[in-house]
Amino acid sequence: MAHAYTPGLRVTERAKIAKVRRLPLKGQVVVKLGDVVTAETVVARTELPGNVQPVKAASILGVHQQDLRELMLKKEGDRVEKDEIFATNKSFFGLFKSHCHSPVQGTIESISDVTGQVIIREPPIPVEVDAYIDGTITEVVPDEGVVVECEGAFLQGIFGVGGETVGLLQVATKGPDEELTEGHIRPEHRGKVIVGGSLVRIPALRKAVEAGVKAIVVGGLDDQDLRALLGYDLGVAITGTETIGCTVVITEGFGAMTMARRTFDLLRSQEGQKVSVNGATQIRAGVMRPEIVIPLAGSKSLRPAESLSEGLTVGSQIRVIRMPHFGRLGVVRDLPPELQKLETEALVRVLRVRFESGEEAVLPRANVEMIES
Amino acid sequence: MVSQAKELNWILATDCGSTTTKAILIAKKGDLYRLIVRGEAPTTVEAPFEDVTRGVLNAIMEAEELAGRRLLDGERIITPATEKEGVDLYVSTSSAGGGLQMMVTGVVRSMTGESAERAALGAGAIVMDIIASNDGRLPHQKIRRIRDLRPDMILLSGGIDGGAVTHVVELAEIIAAADPKARLGAGYELPIIYAGNKDARTEVEARLGDKAALVITDNIRPVMERENLMPARHEIHNQFMEHVMKHAPGYQKLMDWTDPNPIKPTPAAVGDMVQEAARRDKIQVIGVDIGGATTDVFSYFQDVFVRTVSANLGMSYSISNVLAEAKLENILRWIPFDIDEGDLRNRIKNKMIRPTTIPQALEELLIEQAISREALRLAFEQHKNLAVGLKGVQKERTISDTFDQTGSGESLISLGALDLLVGSGGVLSHAPRRVQSALMMLDAFLPEGITELAVDSIFMMPQLGVLADAPEQDPRGELRRKAAIDVFYNDCLVRLGTAVAPVGAGKEGARCLKATLVLPGGRSETHEVPYGAVKRIDLAAGEVAESILEPAGGVDVGAGKGKSLKTNLKGGVVGVILDCRGRQPFGLPKESQERIRKLVEWCESLDVYPPEFSRTVAGPSGIGR
Repeated sequence: MAHAYTPGLRVTERAKIAKVRRLPLKGQVVVKLGDVVTAETVVARTELPGNVQPVKAASILGVHQQDLRELMLKKEGDRVEKDEIFATNKSFFGLFKSHCHSPVQGTIESISDVTGQVIIREPPIPVEVDAYIDGTITEVVPDEGVVVECEGAFLQGIFGVGGETVGLLQVATKGPDEELTEGHIRPEHRGKVIVGGSLVRIPALRKAVEAGVKAIVVGGLDDQDLRALLGYDLGVAITGTETIGCTVVITEGFGAMTMARRTFDLLRSQEGQKVSVNGATQIRAGVMRPEIVIPLAGSKSLRPAESLSEGLTVGSQIRVIRMPHFGRLGVVRDLPPELQKLETEALVRVLRVRFESGEEAVLPRANVEMIES
Repeated sequence: MVSQAKELNWILATDCGSTTTKAILIAKKGDLYRLIVRGEAPTTVEAPFEDVTRGVLNAIMEAEELAGRRLLDGERIITPATEKEGVDLYVSTSSAGGGLQMMVTGVVRSMTGESAERAALGAGAIVMDIIASNDGRLPHQKIRRIRDLRPDMILLSGGIDGGAVTHVVELAEIIAAADPKARLGAGYELPIIYAGNKDARTEVEARLGDKAALVITDNIRPVMERENLMPARHEIHNQFMEHVMKHAPGYQKLMDWTDPNPIKPTPAAVGDMVQEAARRDKIQVIGVDIGGATTDVFSYFQDVFVRTVSANLGMSYSISNVLAEAKLENILRWIPFDIDEGDLRNRIKNKMIRPTTIPQALEELLIEQAISREALRLAFEQHKNLAVGLKGVQKERTISDTFDQTGSGESLISLGALDLLVGSGGVLSHAPRRVQSALMMLDAFLPEGITELAVDSIFMMPQLGVLADAPEQDPRGELRRKAAIDVFYNDCLVRLGTAVAPVGAGKEGARCLKATLVLPGGRSETHEVPYGAVKRIDLAAGEVAESILEPAGGVDVGAGKGKSLKTNLKGGVVGVILDCRGRQPFGLPKESQERIRKLVEWCESLDVYPPEFSRTVAGPSGIGR
């Protein structure tokens, strides 16, 4: 039977973290197995085929498509410069000339005697992939990419916007329940990854972008502020390519939400460390959550950060992820096997939880997530 | 490979969905085929398993345990069936890995572009984009788009046979320049199906022959007046099996197991089932499947089957997009209590980021059901836009699509002629009370006159559709169709009852409809319903009430304005709903408190929610009635 609970987000003090760094097309890997790299090190590079620009040459020259080839000054494979004439037509005894200019620099890819189009391909676009985390190359996939590994702290958020970035970690609020406000953002946060508490609103986000903050990690965010930040209503949770000037990772959910104490304490304990942050989120099959990686020196006996959950048992630490009790932490007291009726009258599998306050409640198993370590 | 047994007493069918693989076991009991058990397990297409058959075996094992019948010998499906073990037939559908994602092209967006879209959707695909010569984008923008999309397959169409070749060849050049790569697996060529002007075949082949796995089939629009979609649809299915499926993890093995039955895309199989039932009973049907990410709508009117998929309308992954497309005020209009806009927005986003959570508190259920009404409404709007006749011409379709239609671009959908509305997907199939599903469908689709309502209890339509679609060489074809229909009516469909919705509007409170029902046993009941009200009459599934419906002067229940109609109303778990809230127009009060008062009144009239409902709507955030 399928597990009726959400596997928790990982918040791990120390784990082995491996990142696959792969080129979008085959290319050249520029590091070797065993190389020690920093997040900024380029590990592989390639060239994407250039964009193409079709030019309706026959129509520009005023000739039939089949006559185009005779009027071409260049043939397939020839190089052209921007604005260079690549086809010419003389008419009325040579008195009038019409020309086709290349809109871009590139090469002639094809000349069509059916459509009268000439397709010009722009020069290749160089692409580089960096290591993203400080670590060691533990695997090289020839022509495709590498695996970079490090040991360190690993934290997943629930949702993020903005792509990969790297900076020094700084905690800006006193506690996990304090809102990160404009007042907390200071000039010395330039280039830093800053940690807030329960919420960040649009004025603070805008100030952070102005101040050159690399990333913000915070408990919650109002959807109205997300919309203001992006400039549109986010319809589907596939993010990571936004260019908003700052990566944002929320750890708990939408609305004002106290950051889980464990998450906040772990981040605070690593203040000053260099961290790698990625806001990319994809909530579909092949789920991807935003992350914070804090590479640490030294070595311990570790398990990989992506190890599979053993499932929910009595004694498991959980967090409630839906109203009522949203955001509260507790311990599983009982997992009754029979279905129980909710207030909505739906019959579902439930669990009994004891919250940190000592209070107990019965919740659908689907509405809790495990806090894994 | 499962050998072909001659008998057909035990049938196993699976559907490999994006997240769950579902197995159903069907057996012949006397003259009828009935569902025995259903097993399910997580789909295993992605890491760490990367083999779809693991999930299939797990789902079959659960069915095995529940049925107490051995179906597997190790990893082999036991066939043929004996008294104690095995099955006579195994079939499967699949939408794992996001289903079949296609891009289509046409010369004119509203002509060959739309025909190509209908061909792809009918074959069970999600259409990622329609590239047309007149779509307003510059060539380099189209090329960039094709590159970025990475579809599973492209359907290249354009032009009528014997017409100009220039435009469709230009489309081929654009695709060639984009040099698109297949979504799954870099190691195989992208299938491109050419179904355009036959005079351009040589030119298209010259441009694409060495860049893709090009297949040429009949033009989907051989002349302006006729659409010929079936050859393209068949080719889409062939290519789906030959290219896409073969490269998905574990599918080669699954194809061997189902051989000689092809694995069908899930929505195509659902469409087959809708058509099979509609043809058999000579009825006009609308089916809807609202999932977490997408909503599919199927219709069968005037012997024409149309399917659309709204790729980003759903109740979990895409719930936030329902808000973005429907706009907040349209969702708020269905919520029977006051709620702060920011709070509602945050709740919707929290469902999006934690899509597997379920409503625990009643107000959360009310909010989700409000959103579902808008998702269903928008998906139906999109469906109506595509379920139209060919634009600008008088037309006919061929093979199974044949029909004659006067007019141009006219909607095929007639809500007055609709006989059966079937809903499926979590929010409809698993609503705590069936009347909630009935009301959601009534509010979203606004059926007119007399319409039977049903839900698919556990979403078996995909498995039944692929079961009904027997290959020609299978001598058990007729038995397979019977098995599918038997299970469809006896185990799959939960009949909710019948809605009677007079068309027209009148003064609130004045009499709209008088209904006299002769109930089983001969007892007669008369109900009078005023404008703006709804009423529910108990009539169990399988029961029929001989009825006389007498509408007020300005409204029509199917016999004309003010004219009485004598008809049989079918029962169901909800019964008969007399819906006098108005059609053409149906309107909710604009003023917030009045709107909430009406919503509460309707819900209480139909007994939609538990007693907690009255406390919820009258609570601190409620209206304080």
